[in-house]
Amino acid sequence: MIDLMTLCAFNAAYAMTIDSDALEEWPEYFSEDTHYRITHIENENENLPAGIVYADSRNMLIDRIAALRLANIYERQRYRHILGIPAIVQQNSEATYAHTPFMVARIMATGQTDVFATGFYKDKFVKSDAPASKANSFGIVLKERIAVCDSTVTDTLLALPL
Amino acid sequence: MDTQRIHWKSDSLTRIPYSIYNDVEIAEQEKLDIFHGKTWNFLCLEADLQDAGDYRTTHVGETPVVVVKDQDQQIYAFENRCAHRGALIALEKSGKDANFQCVYHAWSYNRQGDLTGVAFAKGVKGQGGMPASFCKEEHGPRKLRVSVFCGLVFGTFSEETPDIEIYLGPEICARIQRVLHKPIQVIGRFTQALPNNWKLYVENVKDSYHASLLHMFFTTFKLNRLSQKGGVIVDPTGGHHVSYSIVENDSADNSYKDQAIRADNDQYLLKDRSLLAGFKEYDDGITLQILSMFPGFVLQQIQNCLAVRQVLPKGVGRTELNWTYFGYADDTPEQRKTRLKQSNLIGPAGFISMEDGAVGGFVQRGIQGAQDHQAVVEMGGDHTGSSEGRATETSVRGFWKAYRSHMKI
Repeated sequence: MIDLMTLCAFNAAYAMTIDSDALEEWPEYFSEDTHYRITHIENENENLPAGIVYADSRNMLIDRIAALRLANIYERQRYRHILGIPAIVQQNSEATYAHTPFMVARIMATGQTDVFATGFYKDKFVKSDAPASKANSFGIVLKERIAVCDSTVTDTLLALPL
Repeated sequence: MDTQRIHWKSDSLTRIPYSIYNDVEIAEQEKLDIFHGKTWNFLCLEADLQDAGDYRTTHVGETPVVVVKDQDQQIYAFENRCAHRGALIALEKSGKDANFQCVYHAWSYNRQGDLTGVAFAKGVKGQGGMPASFCKEEHGPRKLRVSVFCGLVFGTFSEETPDIEIYLGPEICARIQRVLHKPIQVIGRFTQALPNNWKLYVENVKDSYHASLLHMFFTTFKLNRLSQKGGVIVDPTGGHHVSYSIVENDSADNSYKDQAIRADNDQYLLKDRSLLAGFKEYDDGITLQILSMFPGFVLQQIQNCLAVRQVLPKGVGRTELNWTYFGYADDTPEQRKTRLKQSNLIGPAGFISMEDGAVGGFVQRGIQGAQDHQAVVEMGGDHTGSSEGRATETSVRGFWKAYRSHMKI
């Protein structure tokens, strides 16, 4: 069983990793065969499977960060994630399923700050035997994280992950 | 008006006055001459309206529109504006209804947009009511002519717009038919809010010059394949275009495997190359086809990643880009998975297209205070013809040819 405090600590570290621009460490929160997707509530309700980000491996997440660092062109920006308390929706010896609300502000180099995204993570956590990494020392990883945004609209572009 | 606010310094299509992107009066004129003019505007996919009563709400320019299938299996479209006080008739993005009723005073409409009911028309207890002379047939939201072509539903406010196949011309029609040759299935919808005038996005779509310069994803990860052939087709009106490329050697999987060996110069290579492990589904070998239709519709095939895009102005300096990702109804699960993975290339977070969401804003901000200056669109000369190379702005000039013709400026 994975306890609530572990989930909270995991999520807090996850958010700090993105918000402090330690993006290379971000994939460490995921299992090798993870599924990560960013979508919105209407697609989710209609069972439309596409995402604006769609990964079915941790390597795809590593590649996404490499693309952000090396290839993609976008204005300098930061996020500030504010995460709520995970609601554990189902739990067994294999996995813990939780929903965690998020609010993400985007801070541009100009100083302009907007609420960029709100929504919730639809997560499946599993225990991990992998040795603790710099970012993830919690003994758990995300087998699945679907960031379900409340709005169907993305302003300008989404570069940094949610 | 005796003073022309926008000064085109000549008939040449190689110079674009910057004021065209932020002038309020121009935007007002566009509503009449472009979006309510002799143009076909994308409304929705036929696949969105399966059964009688299924409807979607959308916009033509900034005008709200309802698109609905009636009992006769025909698709109808009408302005989403109650004939009484002008309130929206339908509020949801999509749904299914026997008819429509405005929430404000309960005036009701059938699926063809005819006013069928006026609440308390005869008054209450003999008091009030509409005058006997009020004729429902004379009131109602404006109706659009609707055309369905290859599963794409278009509408026009003008009686004079040529039939859709004439409007598009045979070359563009063939390129649409090439992709939409069998039933499709929607796999996701996303909206990207662009901080720029709608025309800047349409120009970006037509601009084959920027592709390998702005979008570094393919070159950075050494995914460019050799011997790419391609070209740009511009229709005679200038308003529609296709840019395409062909990979001659379609042993794509082998070339990717070869590249997966770490290159000598220590270049970063993708760790999960399944992102681009596509499958061949068109006999002509075309692996990329971007098609635009005047004023604001795009059909896209990037390898196996298929989508339509609808460009909608939201005031002078904002645009909404509605992406609808789709596959074919008979996709195998593996094919569907491939499309989902390749969709990382497109949309608001796309490895290729995220930049297109930002560059329009860079122009919109860059041209503030440059009302009397103009953009240079001279790559590939001054013509608007088709071209074999893609280092050309011919289809951008084509857009302005069509635009100026509709706007009479």
